[in-house]
Amino acid sequence: MIELKDITKGFGDKEILKGVSATMESGKVNLIIGASGSGKTVMMKCIVGLMKVDSGSILYDNQDFTAMDHRAKKEIRQQIGMLFQGSALFDSMTVEQNVMFPLEMFSKDSLKERKKRVDECLERVQLKDAAKKFPAEISGGMKKRVGIARAIVLNPKYLFCDEPNSGLDPQTSLLIDQLIKELTQEYNITTVINTHDMNTVMESGDHIVYMYQGQKQWEGSNKEIVFSKDQQLNDFIFASEFLRDAKEMRQLDMFKDSKWKDQLEEQLKRDGKK
Amino acid sequence: MEFRFFYHFGNFLLMLKGMFSRPENMKMYWKQFMQQCVDIGVGSLGIVFIISLFMGGVTTLQTAYQLVSPIIPKSTIAQVVRDTIILEFAPTLTSIVLAGVIGSKIASELGNMRISEQIDALEIMGINTKGYLILPKILAATLMIPLLVAIAGFLGIWGGKEAGVLSGVLSSEQFMMGLRQEFKAYNVFFAMAKSYTFGFIIASVSAYYGYNVQGGALEIGKASTTAVVVSCVLILFMDYALTAILL
Ligand SMILES: Nc1ncnc2c1ncn2[C@@H]1O[C@H](COP(=O)(O)OP(=O)(O)OP(=O)(O)O)[C@@H](O)[C@H]1O
Ligand SMILES: [Mg+2]
Repeated sequence: MIELKDITKGFGDKEILKGVSATMESGKVNLIIGASGSGKTVMMKCIVGLMKVDSGSILYDNQDFTAMDHRAKKEIRQQIGMLFQGSALFDSMTVEQNVMFPLEMFSKDSLKERKKRVDECLERVQLKDAAKKFPAEISGGMKKRVGIARAIVLNPKYLFCDEPNSGLDPQTSLLIDQLIKELTQEYNITTVINTHDMNTVMESGDHIVYMYQGQKQWEGSNKEIVFSKDQQLNDFIFASEFLRDAKEMRQLDMFKDSKWKDQLEEQLKRDGKK
Repeated sequence: MEFRFFYHFGNFLLMLKGMFSRPENMKMYWKQFMQQCVDIGVGSLGIVFIISLFMGGVTTLQTAYQLVSPIIPKSTIAQVVRDTIILEFAPTLTSIVLAGVIGSKIASELGNMRISEQIDALEIMGINTKGYLILPKILAATLMIPLLVAIAGFLGIWGGKEAGVLSGVLSSEQFMMGLRQEFKAYNVFFAMAKSYTFGFIIASVSAYYGYNVQGGALEIGKASTTAVVVSCVLILFMDYALTAILL
């Protein structure tokens, strides 16, 4: 579990994060969504400590990360896996060596076990064929997947993904989402994902934080988002005709579930559509 | 160029201090060190070979051109060549060229790792990036550059002899005799002291500019140019300082 308490961050006199508080729960896929340039990447970098917050604190399982000394931070970091927006693969190493690197650095397993683990991870992101290629020789989407494989190879306790499926086709994208979701539940990982992919939001958003102009505008699950009346959020999420239709379908679908029935009825009544 | 000496110097010292922490995995650090030794040492052999041969040849011819008096024995040429090469040309000229070769390589490699977030990726894994990326480079440079300078010294003197013999300035025997005249081992020590210093300057200054690149690909180019220029200036400055102190 990661808690953000009123964090702020600015560059010069430009404030990017204006006091954000949120809780990222373990075993759940936590999404940070928001328009391009709304500060998602900055927020993620603040959480992992690549950028220093101006004020506020960040708690990893009740330990104050912002107040830690270098050594304690390093210990937390060894439990973090992160996929960068630009993949950040080591371009002097092959795909296989990239995934192997964290193992070589931190694991005490034998070479055979490490190789097995690397194969396993590459298998999960469907990249076994590309194992011997260099990052310059593979496509952007493949790089993303290598990045994911590298992030999960050490079985992290906290997983951060900055736009894991931008640049991927819908099918691969879904596969990646499923993979992340599976891992999250299987190993009870605290997963934080930056995205503007609507599939991701609807399919695996256990907990969604919507950022608007440096502040948390809305927070909830992918079930609740269908009922949200927040105008900003609706304009952002259900931007196209197609998505608005899809939203109504989903609402009707959920109407069959008694848990959501009352909430939906109430809303439809208000909309005067019934 | 904005000249903020104290800002850079302070940051530079902080960088050096930041390099020292317990390695996460000694084996990987060792591997990195060996890799750098190969990159720096073997990678620069070719250029060192070429410049030192010509440097020696030119020194012989020019010395012969200047020492025209019949009173001075021919072997003196060899003695002058030997001392010039050991004292100045092998350490300083080689280091200046290596600043261009190795310095720009280190700066652009680190700069590229910085802007493509590879350094951040290492940092996130819980690795001390200064320790893992910079320290092995500095150690490798302070080991390999003196070696390269030593090679440059031998090759330079040999080149000088060949040039002398080829152009008929002096015979091989005269040259060998001159080489043994008044040889001071201290000069060799002086050359080594210089090359350690220069090696450290090249690697650390270039690493500093590369590691701290901000912005895009354009800045990598700027950083490596700055790294080479600053290294060269510092080398010349230290050359003067060490000569004034040690000789
Ligand atoms: N190092 C920096 N220095 C100055 N400003 C920055 C820096 N990094 C980000 N910003 C600014 O912070 C704002 C948020 O950037 P950020 O990269 O977090 O957006 P984002 O939400 O991740 O967008 P996208 O979805 O396009 O990736 C932008 O306006 C950007 O100009
Ligand atoms: Mg971003």
